[in-house]
Amino acid sequence: MADTSHGAAAGAESAPGMPQLDFSTFPNQIFWLVVTLVVLYLILSRIALPRIASVLAERQGAIQRDLDKAEEMKRAAVDAENAYNKALADARQQANEIVAETKAEIQKDLDKAIAKADAEIAAKAAESETAIAAIRDSATKSVQTVANTTAADIVKSVMPGAGDAKTIKAAVAAIMKG
Amino acid sequence: MATEEAGNGFNIHPMDQFEITNLFGGGPIHWYSFTNATLWMGLAIVAVILLLVVGTRKRATVPSRSQSIAELMYGFVYTMIEDVAGKEGLKFFPYIFTLFIFVLISNFLGLLPMSFTTTSHIAVTACLAMAVFLTVTALGFYKNGAKFLGLFWVSSAPLALRPILAVIELISYFVRPVSHSIRLAGNVMAGHAVIKVFAGFAGALGIWAALPIVSITAVYGLEVLVAGIQAYVFTILTCVYLNDALHPSH
Repeated sequence: MADTSHGAAAGAESAPGMPQLDFSTFPNQIFWLVVTLVVLYLILSRIALPRIASVLAERQGAIQRDLDKAEEMKRAAVDAENAYNKALADARQQANEIVAETKAEIQKDLDKAIAKADAEIAAKAAESETAIAAIRDSATKSVQTVANTTAADIVKSVMPGAGDAKTIKAAVAAIMKG
Repeated sequence: MATEEAGNGFNIHPMDQFEITNLFGGGPIHWYSFTNATLWMGLAIVAVILLLVVGTRKRATVPSRSQSIAELMYGFVYTMIEDVAGKEGLKFFPYIFTLFIFVLISNFLGLLPMSFTTTSHIAVTACLAMAVFLTVTALGFYKNGAKFLGLFWVSSAPLALRPILAVIELISYFVRPVSHSIRLAGNVMAGHAVIKVFAGFAGALGIWAALPIVSITAVYGLEVLVAGIQAYVFTILTCVYLNDALHPSH
């Protein structure tokens, strides 16, 4: 694998084969590796890792807080919705009551007015009836009077002295009744 | 380097990129020398600080891009440990996260052109793997005492098979750090070497260089994937070993 011919070109520090197997460099590498690892460990364990851990924990806390807050808000929203629905139902019921009440009142007024109108109509009808009866009576009487006189005249002209006024009257009344 | 020597034909040195060099003044490399490995490990620290410390400095509830990445990595490793090793494994979260971030950042930094990949060196990965192996073994005995040896005694197997299985389990246990380290170093090294070989071809082929350049692009994409996956594999194996130490019963 290794190119041995370049040794001359590379000069004094040419390592035969793999530089990885040049044991003279091992103490140097191991020393600096240990230094590096110790420094890295101190930096990480003292500064970097606690800081990242705290940031992550803080973020977790913040997320949890936000989630809790959201949950609370959601609950509040549900409560508000329930209250709203209840208010709505109450209002609706109240409105229904008012409507029913008003309807009943109007019905009552209406019934009263109808009864009053009926009574008035009945009174007027009775009045008219008596008036009609009076008119009919007077008409009948006039007709009787006219019939009596007419009948008496007819009898007088046909058969003078045949009947007196009393019998004629009775006959007219009997015919008119019939 | 290969391109400079293109005139000489296929003069490809895919392994040169892994050489450890003294950055200040040459000479032999002592344990304290400031080498390119030192530089790139330092840059890894800088990258980690930029990403995980500077990137998260606002502590925003709604994260910025860099903070998002940091949080993502945190959550990724955290859930990995929790899923694989259980709740008790979370005590080791900072250690495992350190390993993960070092391997991940080193792998990605190594993909920058002209960079040096620290995780391509067996010395580095073997140290990481041995650290895991020794810690986990010590932890296993500390937590469970002699019961930790139950890891090697497969109680669900027929009695006659158990000694044989115990030998196999024992061998596989001690091979763990080897495979753990070579897997990482080998994957990273192979990919980088392949890219370098293709780059050498590109230098030598003239107009036909388009072919290896397309291949380099493809392999580079694969390498980005490998960089992430190997960091993941290294970490999840650490978690698996940790789980064995915490809950050794088979």
